[in-house]
Amino acid sequence: MAERLNVNPTRMELRNLKRRLATAVKGHKMLKDKSDEMVRRFVELAKENKRLREEVEEELASALRGFALARACCEDHVIEEALAMPSSALKINADTDNLMSVVVPKMSIEREEGGEEFPYSFAQVTAQLDDSVLTVSRLASKMIELAQIEKTCNMLAIEIEKNRRRVNALEYVMIPQTEETIRFITMKLDENERAATVRLMKVKSMIENK
Amino acid sequence: MYSDKAAVIGDKDIVLAFKAAGMDVFPASTVEQAEAALKKHAKDHCVIFVTEDLAAGMKESLEKYKRKAYPTVIPIPSSSGTTGLGMSGIKADVERAVGTDILFNKED
Repeated sequence: MAERLNVNPTRMELRNLKRRLATAVKGHKMLKDKSDEMVRRFVELAKENKRLREEVEEELASALRGFALARACCEDHVIEEALAMPSSALKINADTDNLMSVVVPKMSIEREEGGEEFPYSFAQVTAQLDDSVLTVSRLASKMIELAQIEKTCNMLAIEIEKNRRRVNALEYVMIPQTEETIRFITMKLDENERAATVRLMKVKSMIENK
Repeated sequence: MYSDKAAVIGDKDIVLAFKAAGMDVFPASTVEQAEAALKKHAKDHCVIFVTEDLAAGMKESLEKYKRKAYPTVIPIPSSSGTTGLGMSGIKADVERAVGTDILFNKED
């Protein structure tokens, strides 16, 4: 049995409580619907996230292995020199999106046309380096996409957890408590009414018997 | 508005590969260095990739960045392959949201 709220058993309080109960029930239903929809979207995103991460991890690991190999073939300073000045900086269009009233990141790569793919001359370095640089550059857009989806998943998961707490608080604390208090006040008021009637009857009979 | 740059924090040998792709790179060999780099550059980059071996020791600071849209801090595998940290992140998210793991059941 839920604990009752500490309020005075008056008609005014009853009216307030009834209004609050109606709001709580409506809010509970809406939050529950929100939770369902968020979970549905989350599961979709999480599947996509998993697929994308598997892809990126695999490709990136092999690209980085190639890069390690390329480093081994040349002297350190040659490679460092070759890569010291990238031909073009990666530009990202960063914006936000509103997903179920969660502000999530939305990113896309701004491609700069005409830039050279390799920032170095081919004379000094090996072909392995070309390969890995090319793969990493190509992977960049996928990595950004992964970043976006993974962050969205993170934020959605946190929001779902928060929302679930709200739903539970309404369902198991707020609503039962209010209902219990309303029942208590109604009974108390009824009891008062009966007491008043009995008192009147008593008074009347006393007057008549005089 | 938000920054338009991406950054990579990781071992010196690896980050060079990303430099060629046009990202900013911050070499770090210890967790402390990586934390410092992350803190310093979080404001002016919208995406920061951290290699898994470093990210494993930075759980708390990574958690902090999960609540806002930017910057997005994401673990990536290093040259020695993946340690499964990124995947376990997805798993943790699913568990947090749904209450139980529904994506990875088949593999365990």
